[in-house]
Amino acid sequence: MPKVTIDGKTVNVPEGITVLDAAKRLHISIPTLCHHPKLTPFGGCRLCLIEIKGIPRPVTSCTTPVSEGMEVTTTSPNLESLRKTVLELILSDHPNDCMVCERAGDCTLQELAYFYGIRENRFEGERRIYTKRDGNPFIERDMEKCILCGRCVKVCDEVEGVGAIDFAYRGFKSKICPPYEKDLDCEFCGQCIAVCPTGALTGKSWKQKGRQKEVREVDTTCGYCGCGCNLTLHVHGNEVIRVDSKADTINEGWLCVKGRFGYNFISSHDRLKKPLIRITLKTRDASRVTRNEVFREASWDEALDYIAERLKSIRDKHGPDSFAGLSSARATNEENYLFQKFVRAVIGTNNIDHCARY
Amino acid sequence: MEQSEENKKKVVVRVCIGTGGLAAGGKEVIEAFKKAITDFCVDIELDFTCHYQKVGCRGFCARDVLVDVVDGDTSVTYQGIKPDIAKRIVEEHLIKGEPVKEWLIDASYYAFHAKQLKILLKDCGTIDPEDIQAYINVGGYSGIKKIVSAMTPEDVINEIKASAIRGRGGAGFPTGVKWEACRKAPGDVRYIVCNADEGDPGAFMDRSIIEGNPHSVVEGLMIAAYAIGASLGYVYIRAEYPAAVDRLKLAIAQAHELGYLGNNLFGSGFHFDVRIKLGAGAFVCGEETALIASIEGERGMPRAKPPFPVHKGLWGKPTVINNVETLSNIPYIIRNGAAWYSAIGTGKSKGTKVFALTGKVKNTGLIEVPMGIRLGEIIYDIGGGIIGNKQFKAVQTGGPSGGCIPAELLDTPVDFESLGRVGSIIGSGGMVVLDETDCMVNIAKFFLEFTQAESCGKCVPCRIGTKRLLEILDRITRGLGKEGDIELLETLCADVKAASLCGLGQTAPNPILSTLKYFRGEYEAHIREKKCPAKVCKDLLTYSIIEEVCTGCGACRRACPAGAIAGDKKKPHRIDPEKCIKCGACFDVCKFASVSRE
Ligand SMILES: Cc1cc2nc3c(=O)[nH]c(=O)nc-3n(C[C@H](O)[C@H](O)[C@H](O)COP(=O)(O)O)c2cc1C
Ligand code: SF4
Ligand code: SF4
Ligand code: SF4
Repeated sequence: MPKVTIDGKTVNVPEGITVLDAAKRLHISIPTLCHHPKLTPFGGCRLCLIEIKGIPRPVTSCTTPVSEGMEVTTTSPNLESLRKTVLELILSDHPNDCMVCERAGDCTLQELAYFYGIRENRFEGERRIYTKRDGNPFIERDMEKCILCGRCVKVCDEVEGVGAIDFAYRGFKSKICPPYEKDLDCEFCGQCIAVCPTGALTGKSWKQKGRQKEVREVDTTCGYCGCGCNLTLHVHGNEVIRVDSKADTINEGWLCVKGRFGYNFISSHDRLKKPLIRITLKTRDASRVTRNEVFREASWDEALDYIAERLKSIRDKHGPDSFAGLSSARATNEENYLFQKFVRAVIGTNNIDHCARY
Repeated sequence: MEQSEENKKKVVVRVCIGTGGLAAGGKEVIEAFKKAITDFCVDIELDFTCHYQKVGCRGFCARDVLVDVVDGDTSVTYQGIKPDIAKRIVEEHLIKGEPVKEWLIDASYYAFHAKQLKILLKDCGTIDPEDIQAYINVGGYSGIKKIVSAMTPEDVINEIKASAIRGRGGAGFPTGVKWEACRKAPGDVRYIVCNADEGDPGAFMDRSIIEGNPHSVVEGLMIAAYAIGASLGYVYIRAEYPAAVDRLKLAIAQAHELGYLGNNLFGSGFHFDVRIKLGAGAFVCGEETALIASIEGERGMPRAKPPFPVHKGLWGKPTVINNVETLSNIPYIIRNGAAWYSAIGTGKSKGTKVFALTGKVKNTGLIEVPMGIRLGEIIYDIGGGIIGNKQFKAVQTGGPSGGCIPAELLDTPVDFESLGRVGSIIGSGGMVVLDETDCMVNIAKFFLEFTQAESCGKCVPCRIGTKRLLEILDRITRGLGKEGDIELLETLCADVKAASLCGLGQTAPNPILSTLKYFRGEYEAHIREKKCPAKVCKDLLTYSIIEEVCTGCGACRRACPAGAIAGDKKKPHRIDPEKCIKCGACFDVCKFASVSRE
């Protein structure tokens, strides 16, 4: 356990951890933009520069492993002035339209600009202008706001294993994009949105539904499948406007496309809230049959009694093997267990299967 | 009496086929010689046999194609040879024994070579790079044979350390120390990588060495591999160097044929092979961690060090990355001994250095000089001084990472420390000579354009910082500079240097800082007086005709592509400033110096 001294405080830390993590243990915070605790270090934003005694130039704390006896300074006039320059440079190439940005209030860049009090900027100049928007259904990619921290690239590669996006071009024109700058065509898990520290990546369905003010967070469990990922619903008024997940959950904050984006059903007019029973209409012309004429609303008791009665009559008339049950991956283990029990013990057939086998 | 072919004397015609030689028609010149000889053979019996030798770059590219005619002990060199001159040389020189005077090299050729010390370039210009035997005949591969039988890897490392050779790739890191660190790093697999990316604009030292003497690089790789314990080496070379790639491939194939590469070399149990990896020509891929990423198939982006490549390099294994010139020196050090090598050069900078001498000197080309030679000696003795008797202004060394050194410092010795002290670097060896007609703000802008475009985009100070630096320089050269711009440049330069991740960003401001240091007045003239003292920055120039001197000949009127000049015959002409596009055609064409450019 190497002993390190950071800003005068000494601590023993495990071998191999970075100076940034060691500082965290001492509750010393160092500003970062490209660092993400679950991704490999990048060292690109240069905000976490620190001074180490004996090393002539500042180094990034996110990439530097601790070593025995290391003496670290995380703040000094020189370091703060470098950080301020870095921030000013980023902001000199940023739309600075926080007023209408989806991520205002939830943006690391905005937060840092606030802490460093950057109102005037010494470095005005050309800004990247990208007119092309991405035609994919889920993810809004506003690359003018991208600070090239590389987090999206890493999460897509290291966590999702997809590699749908990467750096392209060089110099000021460097840009994150899918191959050949085509529209994004991937899993749409939205992990990239989750790690993006700016408004460059947002959900298309989030647009103008509400930002931070009057938005409640409701923790729940995803109902889409048996994994049971933890969700945090962002609720504005009585509407779910956004879904994400916290990092300290069983799913570590990662979600899939359904959990993250499949929430519009909640306040959909088409959503089923009561059982419906199909009734046969005596219409000859099939083309004139409409939905309301085919289903009628029923109570749960009536619907369940109806199902039980029909199942019984089929079993009695055609025998148990005339019945087959197919269960769903969206159900939990317990539900799946009960279902097979029902098919075997109540109906009396072994005709039971599960969609995950196909 | 007829002589048998064997008894006839041999005449060797040696032709340069480096990239410069090839471009000037080297291959065609050889064919023309062959044809001329065959044609003469029809009518007369020649008393000699003619042999042809293709050789690599010998440096004096401005005078290509260079041809040596070697007859016994005498060697005569011709310059600027075209295929149609071959016949005359055959007839007058080879047959009649009278060298063709008009095409003989002149005094500047000797001056060009007098102060050089050629170790690497000596063989480069004399042996056939496409023939392994030619290299073996001058002692090639004796170094590796010697060490596998008589020296331990530690002995080799100690020898290289004793020679005190430092890396030629730019940073000047002691090669022996690097090898030792890699050898001592834990692990069973190690790699040696030759850095032949050579991305500096105007640099062509490494290309010329590979084209002219590829086997010296292969042998250097072998020796390094033996010393560090590697059995596989890579040469990372840019695809824009097709001739060099071909020579290298051929050299590797020939070494395989002779059993110099492969398993159990020279019966010693040492295995070694070399692979070539083509780069797509990004300057940043010359940076060692980006180079590793590129070989691994990733985007060439540098990463933070530590871990250093000697501990964790290619495929995560301990790896030594050395420059072409560094590796090419190794066989000569092993052959001649560390003491021989360390006797050349100065205190901490030993051996020779190859430079690409370009710009406003009379003799441009590739030169090899002992460390410690004065800048002035290179420019005036080897380079022959400034073209057109203009005033020398500065010499830019080290390419986009380097700086400009002014006239008052021409006494500076060329070594790692001294150039560093005056705000520049040796770098990989670019040397651009500037004269009074070069604007220093513009020069800085040229380099910043390069570094900005080549930044890998990973880190903010380099990606955006160099862009802003470039924009400030650009507005200064366009007459839009403001009070405070110089100070802003200085602060931003310092921050980009301090905060960038890799050498590219850390050194990108050097061209600005060094020109500010020595030519601040020029920046101030642009900003305050809106004048470009070197009369380069178009936006700051005004062309007008001095009425009293103008004879009204009308030459300028006819030359002006914008139709901006009017005037009656034999009456003073006038330039319409609205229409003038500042191309300078009138200035160049006026015989009476009546066009003023201010
Ligand atoms: C931006 C950048 C470009 C570089 N380009 C080259 C190059 O083209 N060739 C080279 O040998 N070294 C280059 N280097 C230096 C290498 O990183 C490395 O130091 C060198 O290859 C080590 O070899 P040496 O010890 O023999 O000098 C470059 C460094 C930087 C930062
Ligand atoms: S949505 Fe998921 S798969 Fe698509 S780019 Fe983002 S991280 Fe990669
Ligand atoms: S899109 Fe977001 S996460 Fe991706 S590089 Fe840009 S700022 Fe970083
Ligand atoms: S300094 Fe420039 S080239 Fe080097 S890592 Fe940073 S952005 Fe890339």
